Amino acid sequence: MTTHTADLVIEVKNVTRTFGATTALDSVSFQVERNTICGLLGSNGAGKTTIMAIITGQDRANSGEVRVDGHDPFESAHVADSTSFVRDNQRYPDDYKLHHVLRAAAMFHPNWSDQLADKLVATFRLPAKTQVKKFSRGQLSALAIVLGLASRAPITVFDEPYLGLDIAARDRFYEILLQEHLNHPRTFLISTHLIEEMENIFSHVVVLDQGKAVVNSEVEDLDGLVYEVAGKAVLVEEFVRSRTVLKTRTVGTLASAIVSGPLAEHDRASAQAVGLTLSSVALHDFVSAIGNSYNLTEDAS
Amino acid sequence: MRLFDESKPIFQQVAETICNDIISGVTPEGDQVPSTNEIAVFYRINPATAGKGLNLLVDRGILYKKRGIGMFVAEGARKQLLMEREDAFTHTQIKTFVSEAKSLGLDLETVRRLIEKEYNS
Repeated sequence: MTTHTADLVIEVKNVTRTFGATTALDSVSFQVERNTICGLLGSNGAGKTTIMAIITGQDRANSGEVRVDGHDPFESAHVADSTSFVRDNQRYPDDYKLHHVLRAAAMFHPNWSDQLADKLVATFRLPAKTQVKKFSRGQLSALAIVLGLASRAPITVFDEPYLGLDIAARDRFYEILLQEHLNHPRTFLISTHLIEEMENIFSHVVVLDQGKAVVNSEVEDLDGLVYEVAGKAVLVEEFVRSRTVLKTRTVGTLASAIVSGPLAEHDRASAQAVGLTLSSVALHDFVSAIGNSYNLTEDAS
Repeated sequence: MRLFDESKPIFQQVAETICNDIISGVTPEGDQVPSTNEIAVFYRINPATAGKGLNLLVDRGILYKKRGIGMFVAEGARKQLLMEREDAFTHTQIKTFVSEAKSLGLDLETVRRLIEKEYNS
């Protein structure tokens, strides 16, 4: 790995956020480098939306430290100007039509591009005459994408921006996102459950699980972090003893386990010698294994 | 439709795609290859991944950079790629093929006959 001084645009240090008895974020730490596309992954309730709201100054942590472009985001004019965050459940005034929303957004974002907004509205075929509150789920998502991209904010945060969009519309979004990122370099933080579909556009991923950041890594460094071993159940059991198992699956006499931690060459050789199959684990299986391992311990307790 | 599979890192698959085009003659020597940005947007992958795939080929001497213009197929690139493939064929693939034939209990004469039949078909 190359060592270089990273230009960090988002720094989250030991952030905790509780809502009554619920701990949404439990001492979460991670960093995002400037002008990268960072994926925020994790199962429902993992704390993704909460950390996004804190980063954009819409919410405040109980403890810990957040720095966005060097500033505490809460009540910071600088952070408000340089971030764009359209919430998944964003409400608009009852009588608002598309042009009202666009005009309001343009006022709050110094880098706003009318040209890009027009292009995106046409791409996603957003209706001009319909009241925004009557938009379908897909149209609301498309509107959030228009607002997020056309703001050209130095830090753009998307919370599951694809809800209700069909695959063709999602592909258009990924394409325009990459184009925008290349032509007007800026930082994107995007939460998603569509890991398989989106992992290739990320350079960095943060995985949250039950309010904790369990992964904070360059995508390319993820390879070799986890692997899957499969074969006869007794042999798999023997092999994973004294290793960190994220998830196991047993069907009759066959078993597979997703294991975290490095795999030495002699481990690989000895596993293969007894007929076990070792394979790499895709990011989406990895994330689902993390979510799953928690549920197993929960059931056992 | 996803353009890449999960068997290998994406940057390697980017490099292979470009190599295949060089071997087949789609991108002749001296021609410009798609830029990092074009590859990123076209395949919907992170620009860093696209760049890594291209730089892999620059390091191997298959492509060369013209500053401010782009990347081009080096002279002799096709020959180099063909030699590498031939090398892989004569060393790795033949070995796998023969060992599989042996494990099936096929004798040399049978294997020879099968190859001849396939070669002439």
